[in-house]
Amino acid sequence: MHELSIAMSIVDAALEEAQRRGIQVSAVHLRLGALSGVVKDALLFSYEVACQDTPLQGSQLIVEDVPVIVFCLQCQKEQLLQSVQLFACPECGAPTMNVRQGKELEVFALEVKEEEVRR
Amino acid sequence: MSEPRLVEVRRNVLKQNDVIARALREQFRATGVFVVSLVSSPGSGKTAFLEKTLTQMQPRYRVAALVGDLATENDATRLARSKAPVKQITTGTLCHLEAAMVQNALADWDLNKLDLLFIENVGNLVCPSSYDLGENLRLVLMSVTEGEDKPLKYPTIFNSADVAIITKNELAAAVEFDWESARKSIQSVRPGMQIFRLSAKTGEGMEEYFDFLSRQFAEQRAVAKI
Ligand SMILES: [Zn+2]
Repeated sequence: MHELSIAMSIVDAALEEAQRRGIQVSAVHLRLGALSGVVKDALLFSYEVACQDTPLQGSQLIVEDVPVIVFCLQCQKEQLLQSVQLFACPECGAPTMNVRQGKELEVFALEVKEEEVRR
Repeated sequence: MSEPRLVEVRRNVLKQNDVIARALREQFRATGVFVVSLVSSPGSGKTAFLEKTLTQMQPRYRVAALVGDLATENDATRLARSKAPVKQITTGTLCHLEAAMVQNALADWDLNKLDLLFIENVGNLVCPSSYDLGENLRLVLMSVTEGEDKPLKYPTIFNSADVAIITKNELAAAVEFDWESARKSIQSVRPGMQIFRLSAKTGEGMEEYFDFLSRQFAEQRAVAKI
């Protein structure tokens, strides 16, 4: 399981960005591609562990699942993949490896603690 | 209650690994070494396969290997029998190699003196898929004893690899391995993937794979010289 080391990288990245902006974070928004190789449940669990004894302790990890989008040469357009077990165009069935989206593992946004907003 | 304030940061979590992997790839290109990484489940016969590869390629090429092992394993000792330079990377509890570990392991090696470098990842079909090691070619191994639907169970790693190697073919009949079904599974998760079916034990199918490696190496050398 590599989710703990991924979670630690997420915490590091979020802390660095928060520090640079001088904000306190209540939640971290993550974009997680279906092809990222990261298991969401394991990541959520690991996140709590990775936050311990850091300024992010008690913060939430909000994961946005990013589906795979491929480009179909036959249809000449982007198509949403139905399953990562079948790399074929859902419309015409042509096999495709032209991945346009789905490998994301990105700290997308930070949610600022409310008491600070009020101040 | 007001909406919580969101600050957009857009930061790639594995950026550090990707930056090092890119530097490694450039270093490999500049020194003309062709780098092949291997991923598989434990028990796929990866070490036997790599030992054969090192022994076979050695007369014609200057070969070496990096081996990622959990603290409890030691494949490097076995591979050293091939007489090729082999270095172990002990990952401790970490279940995959990262680009920085490869970079550290190579720090005191002169890549100019190498043609082919093999990197054996830790036996694991999940975690290594997220980490680019700067390799030219990623091989994913599965043995005939693991079941034809293995690619469907681990689509991400098969998708991230370039070539599939089906090992232990000498056991295919005994386990009633359904080749057509395995081929379909692979093509479903990774259309166009090249597949080699072989036995490191009997040598069956190995020549074809060695020829393939030689061609890949020659192509990379040709490109690097331009
Ligand atoms: Zn189509």
